[in-house]
Amino acid sequence: MTNQAPRFWRSIPQRYNLSGTHCTCCNEYFFPPRNLCPNCRRGAHMEDYTFKGTGTVITNTTIYNATEDFERLTPYNLAIIQLDEGPKITGQIVSSSANVKIGMRVKAVFRILGKEGDKGIIYYGTKFAPLIEPSCSEKSRR
Amino acid sequence: MVSGIVSYGVYIPRFRIRLDEIARVWGNGEEITEGLRVFEKSVPDLDEDTVTIAVEAARNALQRARIDPKRIGAIYAGSESHPYAVKPTATIVGQAACTSSSFTAADFEFACKAGTAALQACLGLVSSNLIDLGLAIGADVSQGAPGDMLEYTAAAGGAAYVIGSRDVAAEIEGTYSFTSDTPDFWRREGMPYPEHGGRFTGEPAYFKHVAGAARGLLERMKRVPDDYDYAVFHQPNGKFPLRVAKMLGFSKKQIEPGLIVPLIGNTYSASCLIGLAATLDIAKPGERIFVTSFGSGAGSDAFSISVKDEIDSIRCGALSVRDCIGDAEYIDYAMYAKHKGKLRI
Repeated sequence: MTNQAPRFWRSIPQRYNLSGTHCTCCNEYFFPPRNLCPNCRRGAHMEDYTFKGTGTVITNTTIYNATEDFERLTPYNLAIIQLDEGPKITGQIVSSSANVKIGMRVKAVFRILGKEGDKGIIYYGTKFAPLIEPSCSEKSRR
Repeated sequence: MVSGIVSYGVYIPRFRIRLDEIARVWGNGEEITEGLRVFEKSVPDLDEDTVTIAVEAARNALQRARIDPKRIGAIYAGSESHPYAVKPTATIVGQAACTSSSFTAADFEFACKAGTAALQACLGLVSSNLIDLGLAIGADVSQGAPGDMLEYTAAAGGAAYVIGSRDVAAEIEGTYSFTSDTPDFWRREGMPYPEHGGRFTGEPAYFKHVAGAARGLLERMKRVPDDYDYAVFHQPNGKFPLRVAKMLGFSKKQIEPGLIVPLIGNTYSASCLIGLAATLDIAKPGERIFVTSFGSGAGSDAFSISVKDEIDSIRCGALSVRDCIGDAEYIDYAMYAKHKGKLRI
């Protein structure tokens, strides 16, 4: 039996694709999405916005003792990432066992966030991994 | 009407285990590595499965040619390791990679050729003008029982192909399939690891079906192996594709660019689709590629592909296969066991 499926389903847009909002009046971006701009208030014009998914590590730590749902992942890296559009979010850094550094460029990747045991649903969503550019586009920029 | 590959994307997990390390644990020695001609294989991260790999491959495919995801009218995901027995992988890919809900979706299963079966289905819908673009995916986190021969090659990876009839980077000129009921490899419902027929997986299965489909297509197209610049065959190990290429009259030079199994192992449904992507990464307009998949059970799909001018404009839009192979972190058998869930806590 699963009780969390509806709750998970409601947050799929934000978890899968970093869907937030953008105020076109003051050009501020919001994640998670906000209906009201705290800067422009009644004068705000909000639009839906899907973030590019690229950002920079602001600070990071390594988790050695996790809660039951995450203990299989230990040790794992957790960071505050500033998205290129501005908002700061907390996320796990994967595919980088020991090299997470402040200032590191990262991109959003699709991963398993958790499972409801062996029978329940699997939660998918966004984590972050080091940003790697295609080698031939690097050559073409030189 | 010209139909074919508008874009493509791959994803290979960055963790690797060397076959020497697996042999060290099970004591089989170096003869296995040399015999299989596979030296290391990809390993999924702790939080990766067929769905996450399929999504990353699909996103790379859409990014490469800057495709508006709303144009996708069908998503077919081929795998033999879908995480749910009932609930499609393709719907999750659709939600994560596309912005519309206006598409049909289904999961395909045909051992290692589910990805090329998905490709054929998309080609049919596109060629009959029922959809604008179709997304065909082959992705797997394949399983091998500890100590079994499969454990030396069972790897993880995915490839996604956007099929359409506008801005085609590689035309699919023809396809031909060869299928029979051959019980060479199977996994029963609820079982964690597949079983196989050992040497029976060779002559009556892989070689008969790959050769059957390849010869059937060459005959239909009135072509010979020399008409192709490259050839890609399903890669369960490094030995079979070399042998079947020789049987059919293709040279080592033709198959080398797409022969990636020595470095990443057998990615099952993604195997020959990643090999095709590695070939498209270097192919020039005007060149031809011959592709034949194989799925146990058993069947093969062969494709004749002609590379078009558009390939040059999309080549650098996403990571190449060599980029993915080069980004590797090596782990030992203990970490491998943890990653693959072989440790029951």
